[in-house]
Amino acid sequence: MADGQMAALEVEARPPTAWEIFLAFSRVGLTSFGGGLSGWMMREFVQRRRWVDEGEFLSGLALAQALPGVNVVNLSIWIGFRLRGGRGALMGALGMIVPPMLLAVALVALSGPLLQGPLAFKLLAGVAAAAMGLSLQMGLRAARRAANGMVPVVIMVATFAAIFLAGLPLVWVVVAMAPLSIAHAAWRLRGRA
Amino acid sequence: MNESPLLRLLLIFLPLSFLTVGGGQSIISDIHRQAVSVQGWMSDAEFLNLFALSRMTPGPGALLSSMVGWQVAGWWGAVVASFALFAPSSVLVYGLAHLWRRSRGAAWTQAVEVGLAPVAAGMILAAGFTLLRAAEGGVLAWAVAAVSTLLLMFTRLSPFLLLGAGALAFLLLMG
Repeated sequence: MADGQMAALEVEARPPTAWEIFLAFSRVGLTSFGGGLSGWMMREFVQRRRWVDEGEFLSGLALAQALPGVNVVNLSIWIGFRLRGGRGALMGALGMIVPPMLLAVALVALSGPLLQGPLAFKLLAGVAAAAMGLSLQMGLRAARRAANGMVPVVIMVATFAAIFLAGLPLVWVVVAMAPLSIAHAAWRLRGRA
Repeated sequence: MNESPLLRLLLIFLPLSFLTVGGGQSIISDIHRQAVSVQGWMSDAEFLNLFALSRMTPGPGALLSSMVGWQVAGWWGAVVASFALFAPSSVLVYGLAHLWRRSRGAAWTQAVEVGLAPVAAGMILAAGFTLLRAAEGGVLAWAVAAVSTLLLMFTRLSPFLLLGAGALAFLLLMG
Protein backbone atom coordinates (compact mmCIF):
# COMPACT_ATOMS: atom_id res chain seq x y z
CA MET A 1 0.00 0.00 0.00
CA ALA A 2 1.56 3.32 -1.11
CA ASP A 3 0.22 5.15 1.91
CA GLY A 4 1.82 2.73 4.33
CA GLN A 5 5.16 2.83 2.55
CA MET A 6 5.25 6.60 2.67
CA ALA A 7 4.49 6.57 6.38
CA ALA A 8 7.25 3.99 6.89
CA LEU A 9 9.75 6.21 5.07
CA GLU A 10 8.88 9.18 7.24
CA VAL A 11 9.26 7.05 10.34
CA GLU A 12 12.82 6.18 9.32
CA ALA A 13 13.60 9.78 8.38
CA ARG A 14 13.17 11.46 11.74
CA PRO A 15 12.60 9.47 14.92
CA PRO A 16 11.13 11.67 17.66
CA THR A 17 13.21 12.40 20.77
CA ALA A 18 12.39 10.76 24.10
CA TRP A 19 10.94 14.05 25.33
CA GLU A 20 8.73 14.43 22.26
CA ILE A 21 7.50 10.89 22.88
CA PHE A 22 6.65 11.75 26.48
CA LEU A 23 4.75 14.88 25.44
CA ALA A 24 2.84 13.15 22.65
CA PHE A 25 1.71 10.29 24.89
CA SER A 26 0.80 12.72 27.69
CA ARG A 27 -1.30 14.64 25.21
CA VAL A 28 -3.24 11.52 24.30
CA GLY A 29 -3.48 10.43 27.95
CA LEU A 30 -4.80 13.80 29.09
CA THR A 31 -7.25 14.44 26.27
CA SER A 32 -8.83 11.02 25.75
CA PHE A 33 -12.19 11.83 27.31
CA GLY A 34 -14.94 9.28 26.96
CA GLY A 35 -12.73 6.20 26.58
CA GLY A 36 -11.63 4.63 23.31
CA LEU A 37 -8.00 5.33 24.15
CA SER A 38 -6.48 3.13 21.46
CA GLY A 39 -8.59 4.96 18.87
CA TRP A 40 -7.11 8.23 20.09
CA MET A 41 -3.63 6.69 19.88
CA MET A 42 -4.18 5.51 16.32
CA ARG A 43 -5.41 8.93 15.29
CA GLU A 44 -2.44 10.68 16.88
CA PHE A 45 0.43 8.33 15.99
CA VAL A 46 -0.66 6.86 12.66
CA GLN A 47 -2.87 9.45 11.01
CA ARG A 48 -1.61 12.74 12.43
CA ARG A 49 2.07 12.30 13.28
CA ARG A 50 2.81 9.28 11.05
CA TRP A 51 5.26 7.86 13.59
CA VAL A 52 4.20 4.28 12.87
CA ASP A 53 2.26 2.84 9.98
CA GLU A 54 -1.20 1.36 10.29
CA GLY A 55 -0.10 -2.29 9.98
CA GLU A 56 2.50 -1.94 12.69
CA PHE A 57 0.05 -0.17 14.96
CA LEU A 58 -2.65 -2.81 14.57
CA SER A 59 -0.37 -5.80 15.12
CA GLY A 60 1.03 -3.99 18.17
CA LEU A 61 -2.52 -3.47 19.42
CA ALA A 62 -3.39 -7.16 19.00
CA LEU A 63 -0.30 -8.16 20.97
CA ALA A 64 -0.95 -5.50 23.60
CA GLN A 65 -4.47 -6.87 24.11
CA ALA A 66 -3.37 -10.48 24.34
CA LEU A 67 -0.56 -9.89 26.85
CA PRO A 68 -1.22 -9.32 30.55
CA GLY A 69 -1.35 -5.68 31.59
CA VAL A 70 -3.49 -2.70 30.70
CA ASN A 71 -3.66 -2.73 26.91
CA VAL A 72 -3.06 0.97 26.27
CA VAL A 73 0.00 0.94 28.53
CA ASN A 74 1.31 -2.14 26.73
CA LEU A 75 0.70 -0.41 23.42
CA SER A 76 2.52 2.72 24.62
CA ILE A 77 5.54 0.60 25.51
CA TRP A 78 5.37 -1.16 22.16
CA ILE A 79 5.19 2.05 20.11
CA GLY A 80 7.69 3.90 22.32
CA PHE A 81 10.19 1.06 21.93
CA ARG A 82 9.68 0.99 18.19
CA LEU A 83 10.39 4.74 18.03
CA ARG A 84 13.39 5.04 20.34
CA GLY A 85 14.26 1.78 22.09
CA GLY A 86 14.20 1.44 25.89
CA ARG A 87 14.04 5.19 26.56
CA GLY A 88 11.16 5.53 24.13
CA ALA A 89 9.28 2.69 25.81
CA LEU A 90 9.77 4.23 29.26
CA MET A 91 8.76 7.72 28.12
CA GLY A 92 5.72 6.39 26.26
CA ALA A 93 4.45 4.50 29.31
CA LEU A 94 5.20 7.35 31.74
CA GLY A 95 3.49 9.87 29.47
CA MET A 96 0.41 7.68 29.26
CA ILE A 97 0.24 7.04 33.04
CA VAL A 98 1.70 9.89 35.10
CA PRO A 99 -0.04 13.06 33.87
CA PRO A 100 -3.51 11.44 33.76
CA MET A 101 -2.82 9.96 37.22
CA LEU A 102 -2.05 13.40 38.65
CA LEU A 103 -5.22 14.73 37.10
CA ALA A 104 -7.33 11.80 38.34
CA VAL A 105 -6.12 12.09 41.92
CA ALA A 106 -6.49 15.87 41.87
CA LEU A 107 -10.10 15.41 40.76
CA VAL A 108 -10.81 12.95 43.56
CA ALA A 109 -9.24 15.32 46.05
CA LEU A 110 -11.01 18.46 44.89
CA SER A 111 -14.37 17.83 43.39
CA GLY A 112 -15.60 14.28 43.58
CA PRO A 113 -19.23 15.11 44.45
CA LEU A 114 -19.45 17.97 41.92
CA LEU A 115 -19.00 15.57 39.03
CA GLN A 116 -21.85 13.31 40.08
CA GLY A 117 -24.86 15.53 39.25
CA PRO A 118 -27.43 14.75 36.51
CA LEU A 119 -26.05 17.47 34.23
CA ALA A 120 -22.55 16.00 34.38
CA PHE A 121 -24.06 12.57 33.73
CA LYS A 122 -25.73 13.73 30.50
CA LEU A 123 -22.67 15.57 29.24
CA LEU A 124 -20.43 12.60 29.90
CA ALA A 125 -22.81 10.14 28.27
CA GLY A 126 -22.77 12.36 25.17
CA VAL A 127 -18.99 12.55 25.17
CA ALA A 128 -18.76 8.77 25.58
CA ALA A 129 -21.16 8.19 22.66
CA ALA A 130 -19.13 10.44 20.37
CA ALA A 131 -15.90 8.78 21.56
CA MET A 132 -17.26 5.40 20.45
CA GLY A 133 -16.83 6.73 16.94
CA LEU A 134 -13.08 6.58 17.52
CA SER A 135 -13.20 2.87 18.33
CA LEU A 136 -15.55 2.10 15.47
CA GLN A 137 -13.61 3.99 12.81
CA MET A 138 -10.45 2.22 13.96
CA GLY A 139 -12.23 -1.13 13.68
CA LEU A 140 -13.53 -0.31 10.20
CA ARG A 141 -10.10 0.78 9.00
CA ALA A 142 -8.56 -2.37 10.44
CA ALA A 143 -11.24 -4.51 8.77
CA ARG A 144 -10.75 -2.86 5.40
CA ARG A 145 -7.03 -3.48 5.66
CA ALA A 146 -7.31 -7.09 6.83
CA ALA A 147 -9.99 -8.19 4.35
CA ASN A 148 -7.63 -9.28 1.59
CA GLY A 149 -8.75 -12.85 1.12
CA MET A 150 -11.32 -15.45 2.03
CA VAL A 151 -9.51 -16.86 5.06
CA PRO A 152 -8.73 -13.51 6.74
CA VAL A 153 -12.37 -12.47 6.35
CA VAL A 154 -13.58 -15.72 7.94
CA ILE A 155 -11.13 -15.29 10.81
CA MET A 156 -12.19 -11.69 11.31
CA VAL A 157 -15.87 -12.54 11.39
CA ALA A 158 -15.30 -15.52 13.69
CA THR A 159 -13.27 -13.38 16.11
CA PHE A 160 -15.98 -10.72 16.15
CA ALA A 161 -18.77 -13.25 16.67
CA ALA A 162 -16.92 -15.15 19.39
CA ILE A 163 -16.36 -11.99 21.44
CA PHE A 164 -19.46 -9.92 20.73
CA LEU A 165 -22.17 -12.50 20.11
CA ALA A 166 -20.96 -15.48 22.13
CA GLY A 167 -19.40 -13.38 24.88
CA LEU A 168 -16.30 -15.57 25.15
CA PRO A 169 -13.32 -14.18 27.09
CA LEU A 170 -11.00 -12.18 24.85
CA VAL A 171 -7.88 -14.08 25.85
CA TRP A 172 -9.30 -17.45 24.85
CA VAL A 173 -10.45 -16.10 21.52
CA VAL A 174 -7.04 -14.64 20.76
CA VAL A 175 -5.27 -17.83 21.86
CA ALA A 176 -7.48 -19.84 19.52
CA MET A 177 -7.63 -17.54 16.50
CA ALA A 178 -4.15 -15.98 16.42
CA PRO A 179 -2.15 -19.19 15.81
CA LEU A 180 -4.57 -20.24 13.04
CA SER A 181 -4.35 -16.90 11.35
CA ILE A 182 -0.56 -16.65 11.73
CA ALA A 183 -0.09 -20.15 10.31
CA HIS A 184 -2.20 -19.21 7.32
CA ALA A 185 -0.24 -15.97 6.84
CA ALA A 186 3.07 -17.88 7.01
CA TRP A 187 1.84 -20.35 4.42
CA ARG A 188 0.70 -17.56 2.14
CA LEU A 189 3.93 -15.55 2.52
CA ARG A 190 6.00 -18.62 1.70
CA GLY A 191 4.00 -19.14 -1.47
CA ARG A 192 4.77 -15.60 -2.53
CA ALA A 193 8.55 -15.77 -1.94
CA MET B 1 -0.80 -7.85 61.54
CA ASN B 2 0.44 -4.29 61.64
CA GLU B 3 1.73 -3.78 58.14
CA SER B 4 1.97 -0.28 56.77
CA PRO B 5 -0.80 0.64 54.32
CA LEU B 6 1.77 1.22 51.59
CA LEU B 7 3.04 -2.33 51.90
CA ARG B 8 -0.56 -3.56 51.81
CA LEU B 9 -1.22 -1.61 48.62
CA LEU B 10 1.92 -3.04 47.06
CA LEU B 11 1.02 -6.61 47.96
CA ILE B 12 -2.55 -6.27 46.71
CA PHE B 13 -1.82 -4.60 43.38
CA LEU B 14 1.34 -6.49 42.36
CA PRO B 15 -0.39 -9.79 41.51
CA LEU B 16 -3.26 -7.93 39.83
CA SER B 17 -0.75 -6.61 37.30
CA PHE B 18 -0.57 -10.01 35.64
CA LEU B 19 -4.30 -10.61 35.90
CA THR B 20 -5.19 -7.45 34.02
CA VAL B 21 -6.26 -8.11 30.48
CA GLY B 22 -7.75 -5.59 28.09
CA GLY B 23 -8.70 -2.23 29.49
CA GLY B 24 -8.49 -3.21 33.14
CA GLN B 25 -12.16 -4.10 33.66
CA SER B 26 -11.14 -7.65 34.51
CA ILE B 27 -9.67 -6.66 37.88
CA ILE B 28 -12.24 -4.14 39.07
CA SER B 29 -14.25 -6.68 41.03
CA ASP B 30 -11.07 -7.80 42.75
CA ILE B 31 -10.06 -4.25 43.67
CA HIS B 32 -13.58 -3.73 44.99
CA ARG B 33 -13.46 -6.87 47.13
CA GLN B 34 -10.09 -5.95 48.63
CA ALA B 35 -10.83 -2.27 49.22
CA VAL B 36 -14.30 -2.71 50.71
CA SER B 37 -14.65 -6.18 52.26
CA VAL B 38 -11.14 -7.42 53.00
CA GLN B 39 -9.23 -4.28 53.99
CA GLY B 40 -12.17 -2.06 54.92
CA TRP B 41 -10.52 0.98 53.37
CA MET B 42 -13.80 2.50 52.20
CA SER B 43 -17.55 1.94 51.98
CA ASP B 44 -19.33 0.51 48.96
CA ALA B 45 -20.64 3.96 48.02
CA GLU B 46 -17.19 5.50 48.25
CA PHE B 47 -15.82 2.83 45.95
CA LEU B 48 -18.58 3.37 43.41
CA ASN B 49 -17.83 7.08 43.50
CA LEU B 50 -14.20 6.42 42.68
CA PHE B 51 -15.20 4.00 39.95
CA ALA B 52 -17.52 6.55 38.33
CA LEU B 53 -14.78 9.16 38.51
CA SER B 54 -12.27 6.81 36.91
CA ARG B 55 -14.64 6.42 33.98
CA MET B 56 -14.93 10.16 33.51
CA THR B 57 -11.32 11.21 33.70
CA PRO B 58 -9.11 10.84 30.63
CA GLY B 59 -6.35 8.26 30.54
CA PRO B 60 -6.40 4.52 31.28
CA GLY B 61 -9.41 3.35 33.31
CA ALA B 62 -6.98 1.37 35.46
CA LEU B 63 -6.06 4.67 37.12
CA LEU B 64 -8.79 3.60 39.52
CA SER B 65 -5.85 1.97 41.32
CA SER B 66 -4.22 5.39 41.82
CA MET B 67 -7.48 6.77 43.20
CA VAL B 68 -7.84 3.90 45.66
CA GLY B 69 -4.18 4.32 46.65
CA TRP B 70 -4.70 8.02 47.24
CA GLN B 71 -7.75 7.36 49.39
CA VAL B 72 -5.75 4.91 51.51
CA ALA B 73 -2.41 6.68 51.92
CA GLY B 74 -2.32 10.01 50.08
CA TRP B 75 0.05 10.74 47.23
CA TRP B 76 2.48 7.99 48.16
CA GLY B 77 -0.41 5.57 48.19
CA ALA B 78 -1.34 6.64 44.67
CA VAL B 79 2.23 6.22 43.47
CA VAL B 80 2.71 2.81 45.10
CA ALA B 81 -0.61 1.41 43.86
CA SER B 82 -0.01 2.61 40.29
CA PHE B 83 3.55 1.35 40.25
CA ALA B 84 2.50 -2.07 41.54
CA LEU B 85 -0.26 -2.38 38.96
CA PHE B 86 1.63 -1.12 35.90
CA ALA B 87 5.28 -2.09 36.38
CA PRO B 88 5.34 -5.93 36.35
CA SER B 89 3.29 -6.40 33.17
CA SER B 90 5.20 -3.53 31.54
CA VAL B 91 8.52 -5.31 32.07
CA LEU B 92 7.10 -8.36 30.32
CA VAL B 93 5.92 -6.36 27.30
CA TYR B 94 9.25 -4.54 27.19
CA GLY B 95 11.10 -7.86 27.03
CA LEU B 96 8.92 -9.01 24.17
CA ALA B 97 9.46 -5.74 22.28
CA HIS B 98 13.22 -6.36 22.60
CA LEU B 99 12.93 -9.87 21.25
CA TRP B 100 10.80 -8.56 18.41
CA ARG B 101 13.37 -5.89 17.46
CA ARG B 102 16.18 -8.47 17.35
CA SER B 103 14.33 -10.67 14.88
CA ARG B 104 12.96 -7.82 12.80
CA GLY B 105 12.37 -8.75 9.16
CA ALA B 106 12.49 -12.47 9.96
CA ALA B 107 9.85 -14.54 8.21
CA TRP B 108 8.04 -15.36 11.46
CA THR B 109 7.60 -11.75 12.58
CA GLN B 110 6.11 -10.91 9.17
CA ALA B 111 3.74 -13.85 9.44
CA VAL B 112 2.73 -12.73 12.94
CA GLU B 113 2.06 -9.17 11.77
CA VAL B 114 0.02 -10.23 8.77
CA GLY B 115 -1.75 -12.98 10.70
CA LEU B 116 -2.73 -10.76 13.62
CA ALA B 117 -4.41 -8.17 11.38
CA PRO B 118 -7.78 -9.92 10.94
CA VAL B 119 -7.82 -11.01 14.60
CA ALA B 120 -7.15 -7.41 15.68
CA ALA B 121 -9.88 -6.11 13.37
CA GLY B 122 -12.44 -8.56 14.78
CA MET B 123 -11.42 -7.69 18.33
CA ILE B 124 -11.62 -3.93 17.82
CA LEU B 125 -15.04 -4.13 16.17
CA ALA B 126 -16.34 -6.40 18.91
CA ALA B 127 -15.11 -3.95 21.56
CA GLY B 128 -16.80 -1.06 19.75
CA PHE B 129 -20.12 -2.89 19.47
CA THR B 130 -19.95 -4.02 23.10
CA LEU B 131 -19.63 -0.37 24.12
CA LEU B 132 -22.57 0.53 21.86
CA ARG B 133 -24.73 -2.16 23.41
CA ALA B 134 -24.01 -0.86 26.91
CA ALA B 135 -24.20 2.84 26.05
CA GLU B 136 -26.27 5.22 28.16
CA GLY B 137 -28.95 6.86 26.04
CA GLY B 138 -29.92 4.01 23.67
CA VAL B 139 -30.85 5.16 20.18
CA LEU B 140 -29.49 8.65 20.75
CA ALA B 141 -26.10 7.19 21.69
CA TRP B 142 -26.11 4.97 18.61
CA ALA B 143 -26.96 7.89 16.35
CA VAL B 144 -24.22 10.07 17.84
CA ALA B 145 -21.72 7.22 17.57
CA ALA B 146 -22.66 6.53 13.93
CA VAL B 147 -22.33 10.18 12.89
CA SER B 148 -19.05 10.50 14.75
CA THR B 149 -17.70 7.32 13.09
CA LEU B 150 -18.56 8.58 9.60
CA LEU B 151 -17.09 12.03 10.21
CA LEU B 152 -13.89 10.53 11.60
CA MET B 153 -13.55 8.21 8.63
CA PHE B 154 -14.23 10.69 5.86
CA THR B 155 -13.16 14.08 7.20
CA ARG B 156 -10.18 15.43 9.14
CA LEU B 157 -12.43 17.00 11.75
CA SER B 158 -10.93 17.19 15.24
CA PRO B 159 -12.34 14.56 17.63
CA PHE B 160 -12.72 17.27 20.27
CA LEU B 161 -15.30 18.99 18.15
CA LEU B 162 -17.22 15.72 17.94
CA LEU B 163 -17.03 15.12 21.69
CA GLY B 164 -18.40 18.60 22.30
CA ALA B 165 -21.17 18.06 19.77
CA GLY B 166 -22.02 14.71 21.39
CA ALA B 167 -22.29 16.35 24.81
CA LEU B 168 -24.49 19.10 23.38
CA ALA B 169 -26.76 16.60 21.61
CA PHE B 170 -27.29 14.68 24.85
CA LEU B 171 -27.90 17.87 26.80
CA LEU B 172 -30.64 18.95 24.38
CA LEU B 173 -32.20 15.62 23.46
CA MET B 174 -31.80 13.22 26.37
CA GLY B 175 -34.99 12.90 28.36
